[in-house]
Amino acid sequence: MTQTAETPAIAALERYEAVIGLEVHAQLLTVSKMFCGCSAAYTDAAPNDNTCPVCLGLPGVLPVINRQAIEYTVRTALALECEIPEFTKFDRKNYFYPDLPKGYQISQYDTPLSRNGRIEFPVGGETVRCGITRVHLEEDTGTMHHAGDVLQSATQSFVDFNRSGVPLMEIVGEPDLRTAEHAREYLVRLRQLLMYIGVNDGNLEKGSFRCDANISLRSREAAELGTKVEVKNMNSFRAVHRALESEIERQAAVLDSGAVIQQETRGWVETRGRTVSQRSKEYAHDYRYFPEPDLPPLRLDSAFVERVRASLPELPPARARRFVDQYGLNAYDASVLTSTREDADTYEELVRLGVAAKLAANWLMGDVAALANEHRLGLRDSGLGIAGLSRLLGLLDSARINGPTAKELLTELYVRGGDPEAIVLERGLGQVSDETELEALVDAAIAANPVAATDFRGGKQQALGQLMRHVKEATGGRADMPLVNRLLRERLSR
Amino acid sequence: MSSTASTITALAASLRDGSSSPRELLAQTLAHIDATNTRTHAYLRTTRELAERQADAAARTLRANPESAPPMCGIPVALKDVLCVDGVETTASSRVLGGFTPPYTGTAVQRLFDAGAVCVGKTNCDEFAMGSSNENSAFGPVGNPWDVERVPGGSSGGSAASVAAGDVPCALGSDTGGSIRQPASLCGVVGFKPTYGRVSRYGLIAFASSLDQIGPFARSVEDAAIVYSTIAGHDPRDSTSDPRAVDDPLLRLRDGVAGMRLGVPKEYFGMGIDPGVREAVEAALRVLEGLGATLHHVSLPSTEVGLSTYYIIAPAECSSNLARYDGVRFGLRVEHPALIDMYLRTRDQGFGPEVKRRVMLGTYALSSGYYDAYYRKAQKVRTLIADEFTRVFADVDALVSPTSPTAAFPMGDRDDPISMYMCDVVTLPVNLAGLPGISVPCGFAGGLPVGLQVIAPRFEDSRVFRVAHAYEQATEWHRARSPLAEAAA
Repeated sequence: MTQTAETPAIAALERYEAVIGLEVHAQLLTVSKMFCGCSAAYTDAAPNDNTCPVCLGLPGVLPVINRQAIEYTVRTALALECEIPEFTKFDRKNYFYPDLPKGYQISQYDTPLSRNGRIEFPVGGETVRCGITRVHLEEDTGTMHHAGDVLQSATQSFVDFNRSGVPLMEIVGEPDLRTAEHAREYLVRLRQLLMYIGVNDGNLEKGSFRCDANISLRSREAAELGTKVEVKNMNSFRAVHRALESEIERQAAVLDSGAVIQQETRGWVETRGRTVSQRSKEYAHDYRYFPEPDLPPLRLDSAFVERVRASLPELPPARARRFVDQYGLNAYDASVLTSTREDADTYEELVRLGVAAKLAANWLMGDVAALANEHRLGLRDSGLGIAGLSRLLGLLDSARINGPTAKELLTELYVRGGDPEAIVLERGLGQVSDETELEALVDAAIAANPVAATDFRGGKQQALGQLMRHVKEATGGRADMPLVNRLLRERLSR
Repeated sequence: MSSTASTITALAASLRDGSSSPRELLAQTLAHIDATNTRTHAYLRTTRELAERQADAAARTLRANPESAPPMCGIPVALKDVLCVDGVETTASSRVLGGFTPPYTGTAVQRLFDAGAVCVGKTNCDEFAMGSSNENSAFGPVGNPWDVERVPGGSSGGSAASVAAGDVPCALGSDTGGSIRQPASLCGVVGFKPTYGRVSRYGLIAFASSLDQIGPFARSVEDAAIVYSTIAGHDPRDSTSDPRAVDDPLLRLRDGVAGMRLGVPKEYFGMGIDPGVREAVEAALRVLEGLGATLHHVSLPSTEVGLSTYYIIAPAECSSNLARYDGVRFGLRVEHPALIDMYLRTRDQGFGPEVKRRVMLGTYALSSGYYDAYYRKAQKVRTLIADEFTRVFADVDALVSPTSPTAAFPMGDRDDPISMYMCDVVTLPVNLAGLPGISVPCGFAGGLPVGLQVIAPRFEDSRVFRVAHAYEQATEWHRARSPLAEAAA
């Protein structure tokens, strides 16, 4: 996507280079929490119902590692081409906050589950490559609800520990991104990848996929990095884009004025359209990390890692390339059709059922996508289903119905389902493609529209439309229109 | 038969031959506690209702299956107040946990309950198990049954004193740097710390996770082995518990020490050892020699840095483990409109001076800029200490030493922390290395009990019991009763 309007941030980037690195926290779609047996699906429970002594941090309890969470993190790390060291351990990150029941978060400090990965994606015409510093595993906190605005001025605060202990994967990106657009595309691709491999549901609003950014500016000539600012509170792709643009603009103005950037944490305030200082460096936490004594270190043997690698699905970029090679699609269509794993699977199932590759692509990206969106119902789960669509498109491909009929049937059957072939027979929707029958209708159309016929003969191509409509209406929309077109031209050229 | 002055094995027999019943035993026990507790203050609370339910259940089991019922069935036990019991107030002797009632029972305790044991009460201890005299309890000190003006040792002072006072035949404690063995020594009872990872810590209020281990107090080595084998074994809720099968310590308990090579670490006889203690322990070594063991002088040169290593690692872990006492969810909360002030006031009023001292020591040791100099270095020294034991154990089967450099000292006698920390100088290396160790009575110094410590390689818990049992059976020390037990009987 290219930026059309010249924003102040874009203008600032002519003087300064922005250096952006993103940290993503993604909740894992495991059955249970990271260190106890409570459900990891916490959102539907009444406050503090989805808890146990372990995730409430009661005295005397101990954590037990969720193996599925380890596997999902390794899965992610492999999808991001990371190295998986043989040795890994958990550490305690110590700080006080009411939503952190133990007074420390079990996280990973110096020996993460994986390091040194990468992700590549297109932005505009160029390919952006962003390094992945590390992917590690930790536990989520509870949530706070304040009677009032924020904790500091609240008259009462409530804590809900339903989310406490949900497995949380932290993906730290290298500071390889240079624009807000890069950052947004990085997140779009990362989210797509996590959803593709089935480890995260990608919900930014509900916070199952969260993002913080580190951003600094430096003059175009400078080699060393500028002072970085951490930006938080961005809960949509749009917010990330706007927050980073605003921050680039703010930092550029500070630098332009000859002042220096303060190292600090700033929060994006959607309603004000700008970032606001939250915490300066002097108040930075000393987390006093040390190895978690309640959990022995883990040794991930290569057999385990290889088993996880073998279980990885084909990832979006590779799948899109294959769609181009195997199905003759253009790059854009291939990219759209592989944007989610479900869409790509649907497409390939349709083709396997005998629908022509290009036909399947056009219908899925066009009418089917519109209906899926309208009804909030994917084809796979719709009444018609993938098999129903393949039968419908089969009727079209074999010229037993025409395009408009196919479209009407699709709309009618999408939700409620039904056998397209039976309906075509029952209602006599079969395409009229008998030449003799159509020739008679063509003659009748010319006779009924002498002016249009004369106009066409006089070189006015558009006049043909009126004649074609006449035939179409005469067959109740069932005429083979390409054939009608040919017959009309033949007749009028005599 | 009275529970007073009796052993688990004797009581188990009386429960089966009909001369006693779990209810009778319970009634005697509670009456005995009534008589002694005013002097010892060993109990923070008794648990009559729970005990009655458990006694009745034990009676049913004994009636149905007198032969196959576990040896612990119907036996009264006391639990250190760092062990969580569902529905029973558990405070770790701290104001910060005042009124806290756990909604769950820890694994080791549950195993005792499953075996039919009858929980009679929660015993006093140093706050969060931090101390060597039981003077750090927020609820008052514990008197030693041999002389109530003296300390019982700590931190499991209440459990040790209760067994020594004849209240119960056995009790559970926890040992992080000597907190079972040292009070056992000072109270003249048997106290055993298992190999780290042998007994689940699930349900033990943590002091220092990598050092804590639950273990038994008893009046005989055999009884301690019975309690140990009831509570030991892998627990999926504790990832640091070892999955290997536990060998039955009773199988080779009576195999004796003939032909065994016993190491005598010279460093364990220095460090301010009381002459009377030295004399008693040296006599004990001659007894072991007489039983056919050979004695070998060995050296553990890192012993002198053990104390400082321990006082970095244990406080570091404690500073983190105690962060959950923040006034938000349970226990004490000192209200204040500002969150930070609620935290500060709660923790200031909730914790005693020794706990605060260790939280501060540990916070400092883990702080940015100090971590490498303190915590990381301490971990390296810890490895050296463990390696030193491994080297020594290549040459000897077990180590024998005093448990504590001194006998019980008067309350208020050690008012500076360092002299108090010295109490554990020969017990805490065992925790740093994760080894099993026991204290068994070996005589008196100035009329006060002295303990012999036996240490074996990791997972050789059975060997510890075997050596201690051979010694115990060759002497009469374990039959000696404290004046308080005699008076109450």
